[in-house]
Amino acid sequence: MNATVAAVRMKGISKAFGGVRALDGVDFEVLPGEVHALLGGNGAGKSTILKVLNGVHHPDQGTIEVGGVPLTTHTPEASRAAGIAMNYQEMSLIPTLTVAQNVFLTRESRDGMGLIDDAAAERRAAEIFALLEVSVDPKAIVGDLGAGQKQLTEIAKAISQDAKVLILDEPSTALAVSDVERLFVFLRKLRAKGVAIIYVSHRMDEIARIADRATILRDGRHVITAPLSELPIDAMIEHIVGKRSKGLSDVERGKAVRGEVLLELDGVTGAHKPENVSLTLHRGEVLGLAGLLGSGRSSLARVVAGMEPATRGEIRIKGRPVTIRKPGDAIAAGIALVPEARATEGIIPAHSVASNMILAVIDRLSKAGLVDGKAANDLTDAQIKRLSVKTASRDHAVSTLSGGNQQKVVIGKWLATDPDILILDEPTAGIDIGSKSEIIRLVRELAASGKGIIMISSELSELLTACDRILVMSDGRVHQDLPREAFDDPAVPADDMAHRLQAAEQRLQIEIQRALKAQEVSHG
Amino acid sequence: MANAFLANWRQNIIYIGFVVIFIVFALALNDKGFLNPNNLLNIVRQTAMIAVMAIAITFVLSAGEIDLSVGAVAGLTTVTVAMAIAVGGPLAGIAAGIATGLAVGMFNGWLTTRIGIPSFLTTLAMMGIAKGVAMWISATAAVPILSRNYSWVFGGGNIGPVPVLLLWMAILGCIGHVALRRSSFGRRVLATGGGETAARYSGIETGNIKFKVLVISSCAAALAGMLYAGRLQSGRFQLGEGDELSVIAAAVLGGTSLFGGKGTVIGTIVGALMIGLINNGLILLGLEFSQQLIARGGIIILAVALSQKRS
Repeated sequence: MNATVAAVRMKGISKAFGGVRALDGVDFEVLPGEVHALLGGNGAGKSTILKVLNGVHHPDQGTIEVGGVPLTTHTPEASRAAGIAMNYQEMSLIPTLTVAQNVFLTRESRDGMGLIDDAAAERRAAEIFALLEVSVDPKAIVGDLGAGQKQLTEIAKAISQDAKVLILDEPSTALAVSDVERLFVFLRKLRAKGVAIIYVSHRMDEIARIADRATILRDGRHVITAPLSELPIDAMIEHIVGKRSKGLSDVERGKAVRGEVLLELDGVTGAHKPENVSLTLHRGEVLGLAGLLGSGRSSLARVVAGMEPATRGEIRIKGRPVTIRKPGDAIAAGIALVPEARATEGIIPAHSVASNMILAVIDRLSKAGLVDGKAANDLTDAQIKRLSVKTASRDHAVSTLSGGNQQKVVIGKWLATDPDILILDEPTAGIDIGSKSEIIRLVRELAASGKGIIMISSELSELLTACDRILVMSDGRVHQDLPREAFDDPAVPADDMAHRLQAAEQRLQIEIQRALKAQEVSHG
Repeated sequence: MANAFLANWRQNIIYIGFVVIFIVFALALNDKGFLNPNNLLNIVRQTAMIAVMAIAITFVLSAGEIDLSVGAVAGLTTVTVAMAIAVGGPLAGIAAGIATGLAVGMFNGWLTTRIGIPSFLTTLAMMGIAKGVAMWISATAAVPILSRNYSWVFGGGNIGPVPVLLLWMAILGCIGHVALRRSSFGRRVLATGGGETAARYSGIETGNIKFKVLVISSCAAALAGMLYAGRLQSGRFQLGEGDELSVIAAAVLGGTSLFGGKGTVIGTIVGALMIGLINNGLILLGLEFSQQLIARGGIIILAVALSQKRS
């Protein structure tokens, strides 16, 4: 058993944030010279365990050994010294520095005088890119690069540390298919040299091609660790989805009464994404957009809401073509977007609940240029009551509210504009589970009251609970347009709600993976 | 009410500080005529121009921008107004003053919102340009203003015991306070500075708002220049020099955030009065100019330090 010392051995790791247990006694072991996939849904604990390993988070319990040596200090510096390197999903690059300067940040080459030698850094960065067989200019300013080049820089930064353990968190999201292929070739070389590679991805086919073993987490617990040969893709999905559904399965979905057509997109294309998207949204309907990060779901929402005007295609509202160039146009047309980044795009944290609630309807509440204070307060109180926002008062700063209640303030702000069409981009991100089902319930109620709703979520169980129809997106395009019933497995009894949801989630997951494959074929 | 006021003492430090400094000076300088009504009215006269500019800059700061050109624009306006009066009388002077403010403000706003130069740089450059133009067109000489009506309305006059300058300050203060607190424009200003992305998503055209606050600021600076010109019955490029620092200090002392999203016009006016009060008291105390500068800097640091929230 002890023939090889594990590159990483984490035992009984627990970590809680506030009252929420992100990790609960997780064991995780990676051997030298293997590519080990780490899998799990959103909130399964993947990011948390990686952040514990690279020293960003301090574990509440448990022990970590790296190459047989216990890791007792939990700081990023200590982890780096122990030979752990990681790329970051959320881009740890400094946009104003060059590629080479970023790759060697804090580890700069020095010349004889002890001064920083950028030319040497550029040479070494060029060597790394040559090893990867990709072309990135080491002298380019990172801010000028596209997403794919940035990601390669991020990967080069991790590789340049000659680490014993290399963690790659979603390295392929922004990469072209050919670059992914080259990355894999390189990873195989590293593996042959005995480096342990931890690979996180939502793309199962990728995992199947590159990984030797996989560990699956779910709800902060360890589910299984097994060689890939014993884990076909549907088994992986089954383990990832598991029996969770946490309170969502009891949300009443009711029958959607489809009314008139509210919104039609015809070949709508954005500057980047989306690509040639057509869809129809009816009154009383919740339309879901499913897909992975970068699939163009949020871009589509921003195009419709006027943040990134469309470059081609037509948008029709109730049959009439409209031009949407700025958010004001969309609001006037009866469209409201509850955006993805709540803290920056949704609320003004330091301002009061009331100030935030009236933000989109200031004109309507004003007489002769002055805001009618009573009308503003009445509106705020009505929304607080309608959405049961938990706040000490309407005058408290929104930053004092919990995530779920902040989201309700954003939703309230948009309901105040009395929109026909409401777009919700990841409305439940960073919200506790109780508030999540509350928001899903609210979405259903709003649809029942005659609004048309587009909902984006990475939590498949939520989409399946909330939506009447689901579009599967990948690479900016719509690949499938399926009614919710299409995901139901007739073999599962209709009254076993939790199990039904689980089966549907597996089907949706399979559709998303299929859309990715279709994308690769069309590019290849 | 009183309890809430004291519980939030850090937030209200400017008002508390104003009262404390006033009492200290009243006690220490009782024999030197500090409480003499004439002295108190003089404080108002000396503060009015700063206050007028500070009211406008409260909007600029609240929108997350800055205007460093106000002092130089006030100086330029004294010259354009004086020259226009010499040629075309008081009405021409007023028109020249307004035109100066609008022209500078629109240029600042255009550079900041359309070309995309940060307002810090735009207005820093404008500070030099305005001063240079003032020196050039006046050949660095003072231009006398002979219209007594103009001087009475803009800064020199009194209605009974009340200086006209106090009226200007009070009227603009009321308008500014209502506009920031209660008007739809004020809400948009605060939203722009508090979270520009969220404001844009909410349909607020933040570029427009920034353009407008920069125009307002330059127009207020022009008005301050008109008041300087009226009070001193002349136009000189040196008038208003360095005022931008007092103006920004007044707003920040009053509780307006340098980073946007938070502003109060009443606080700004009290901040301006406090600076005037300190200047006056330090002179009466017989401090030398060098000592005054040091004492004033120290008091401002103390006041802002006390207002900082501790986590």
